[in-house]
Amino acid sequence: MEILLIIVSAIFVNNIVLAQFLGICPFLGVSNKLSTATGMSAAVCFVITLATIVTYLLNNYLLVPLGLEFLQTISFILVIAALVQMVEIVLKKVSPSLYQALGIFLPLITTNCAVLGVAITVVTKEFTFGLPSHMLGLGEAVLYAFATSLGYGLAMVLFSGMREQLSLNDVPKAFKGVPIALVTVSILAMAFMGFSGMV
Amino acid sequence: MTKFQLITKGLVKDNPTFVLLLGMCPTLATTTSAVNGLSMGLATLFVLVLSNMVISAIAPAVPDKVHIPVYIVVIATFVTVLQFVMQAYTPDVYATLGLFIPLIVVNCIVLGRAEAFASKNGIIDSALDGIGVGLGFTLSLTVIGLVREILGSGSAFGFKFISGDGILAFVMAPGAFLVLGYLMVLFNKIAKKD
Repeated sequence: MEILLIIVSAIFVNNIVLAQFLGICPFLGVSNKLSTATGMSAAVCFVITLATIVTYLLNNYLLVPLGLEFLQTISFILVIAALVQMVEIVLKKVSPSLYQALGIFLPLITTNCAVLGVAITVVTKEFTFGLPSHMLGLGEAVLYAFATSLGYGLAMVLFSGMREQLSLNDVPKAFKGVPIALVTVSILAMAFMGFSGMV
Repeated sequence: MTKFQLITKGLVKDNPTFVLLLGMCPTLATTTSAVNGLSMGLATLFVLVLSNMVISAIAPAVPDKVHIPVYIVVIATFVTVLQFVMQAYTPDVYATLGLFIPLIVVNCIVLGRAEAFASKNGIIDSALDGIGVGLGFTLSLTVIGLVREILGSGSAFGFKFISGDGILAFVMAPGAFLVLGYLMVLFNKIAKKD
């Protein structure tokens, strides 16, 4: 039950883009085409999950015992940058086709605030998920991170589908590009608001 | 570019929010009221000015291959300083802005100015550039926050002038996207004369 709550809450109720406003730059930047949106979502999904595991362990077994919680921001961003670099090197060797497909998106993930946002959230915020308020364990944290990134993918794919349609329409000049996209996201966010209160 | 232009260019011509579309996440997330938008803008201004100055000072000594990680560490350091300062003097604001204070590290405005301006210019000019861009960001955030506050809760800067509730959706997520979208249209109409 708890697992189900985490998944539903992270994907729909507290959707990372449409309710928490994280990762907006790539969300607006690469959602022009469905194929690039899917590629970006996959890369983000991978990095968020991996980064959360590493930063969670770093925080709970190194920073907290030494009383160095104030170094969270600085150490997390370094870990994420190193991790992205490593994923890039490994992927280049192991799966050149996937590496080619992700292209420029991979290095850009370092500055995607969704990654740092989730990493900080899971170690600082208390969640309930049907239980008394508690800090997440490693398993829950990983599940939460993975489900959150699925929510990111969902929003991204939905939105890119709409944008492909939108590009065929004739919009007023001042609305062209980002403004009309923002108005569209607003309607999408309204739809997702319907999920609030479910968990 | 004169010193005066450095400070004023961020307000309209190179406005980080409406023209360059940078730093969208804090723009949408923290503008639930005018005061919140203003605080977020000032917090970013603080990091922007200090990191710009330090980066312009160390840039000649930083090897090209590692310059991005070095800049990020400098920025993260000032964000940590800011976190301490805010926890000590304005704990309420710190609690309201929450996650988005540490996330200034990954705000593309800060790294963008470091890369595009501070690494190639002197310390004083870099500080002025930081002030200019920071002011532009603060202004945009305050305006967005003000519109959302007026429509969403019927008040401005905390002073209530309409009794009862406003349109709640404007304080929540859909309103953020909608207000930013329409303000961008307005900005295009006025500043670019489309």
